[in-house]
Amino acid sequence: MTIKTRKETISTAAASGGVALLVATRKGAFIFKTDKARSAWKISGPMFFGHVVSHMLLDPRDRRTLLAGARTGHLGPTVFRSSDFGKSWKEAAKPPAFPKAPEGQKGRVVDHVFWLSPGHPSEPAVWYAGTSPQGLFRSEDGGDTWAPVSGFNDHRMYSQWTGGEKDGTPDGPKLHSILVDPRDARHLYIGMSSGGVFESLDKGAGWKPLNSGCRVDFLPDPFPEYGHDPHCVKLHPLAPEVLYQQNHCGIYRMQRPEGNWVRIGTSMPKTVGDIGFPIVLHPRDPDTVWVFPMDGSSVWPRTSPQGKPAAYVTRNAGRTWQRQDTGLPRSQGWLTVKRQAMSADAHQPVGIYFGTTGGEIWASKNEGRNWACIARHLPEIYAVEATELGR
Amino acid sequence: MKVFIPTPLRSYCGERHEVEASGATLAEALADLDRRYPGIRFRMIDEQDGIRRHMRIFVNGREVRALDVPLGTSDEVMILQALSGG
Repeated sequence: MTIKTRKETISTAAASGGVALLVATRKGAFIFKTDKARSAWKISGPMFFGHVVSHMLLDPRDRRTLLAGARTGHLGPTVFRSSDFGKSWKEAAKPPAFPKAPEGQKGRVVDHVFWLSPGHPSEPAVWYAGTSPQGLFRSEDGGDTWAPVSGFNDHRMYSQWTGGEKDGTPDGPKLHSILVDPRDARHLYIGMSSGGVFESLDKGAGWKPLNSGCRVDFLPDPFPEYGHDPHCVKLHPLAPEVLYQQNHCGIYRMQRPEGNWVRIGTSMPKTVGDIGFPIVLHPRDPDTVWVFPMDGSSVWPRTSPQGKPAAYVTRNAGRTWQRQDTGLPRSQGWLTVKRQAMSADAHQPVGIYFGTTGGEIWASKNEGRNWACIARHLPEIYAVEATELGR
Repeated sequence: MKVFIPTPLRSYCGERHEVEASGATLAEALADLDRRYPGIRFRMIDEQDGIRRHMRIFVNGREVRALDVPLGTSDEVMILQALSGG
């Protein structure tokens, strides 16, 4: 296996201020804050109590605006926006929605807004949203009004790429991992569960599959053009030619402009495997990546293998992996971590955080070497986004 | 006409349980409701004009399943939620 890597660590200043964790749960959203020591945490919330909040994100361009994708079990999907870091919220005037179908035809209905991504820094009011079922939406006014990205949603291959409803995740097929190339606002990636990874070079007008080399073990053809199940795809912000994905069928890395995924999870311990949901990148070193493996054997329990939870880190782009379980339960720890529920801060050393479906948040302020549980008894956690409160 | 608002939607209309709306059909009444209380319609009616799952709309005590139901000024519209899940 040949992996081209950038061995040098890109030099950029580490953050030194406080950190906030934006926590989205099945019953509302919470914000955890800590100071630069990252030792004691203060919790605020719940916000949107009783709403299913799939994702909450800070706008990295103004560092004040928060967006949250929410619905309740009974009300339709929407997006909320805060311009004061969560003190007050305003609902989008026009949430993401598919166009009304012509009379006599069945139209698509957004079930929930699953993923939010800020646009390119050169487009400070642009946001993207991914929905269930798979839909891509764009806002050009900071998240107040949303329009379908027709180039994807109405693509002639949409039905083939996205498959049927049976091909999705248990609570609906999803479009996620909307990535904007920091070098070019027109260059976008998306991930779909299921569907695979797709790329646009013209701001969403045209799309092509980007799944070469990625295995599918649930289809007759193990290397199809599309139909894959990427769980989480990341692009390194300082080395945007490097992509990683935690896939349903392993951990992969891609070096652009080549378009071939290389499986880097084969060097994981065989008893652990390389199945999981989240994947987290070091903010300054594109060769350092964390994953949180889960049991993908047999009937897919989706819990920590053998009940012994651990993160795994590679510092050489996947050639080798090290287990990181100090502080985590040594046995009978059946944790499940969803695809948006693990993230990193920008400190030195980097802080790593993950939330579980059992309502716990675990934190490491030394890049995974030691873990501490900083919250228990929260609702089922869907997303944990670490963000800096100051540099 | 009077429109009864269920608790999950009252945040849109100042926590009132009953509001006024006008229109010759249910679709027009809901559009008027949305003009008065922006955003309320989409939480109960999807983009294909379907009444969302768990939402129930009654006109003078009779459940309706489509939005083209004619309405009179003295009709009463009741929006309810059939809650389920955990």
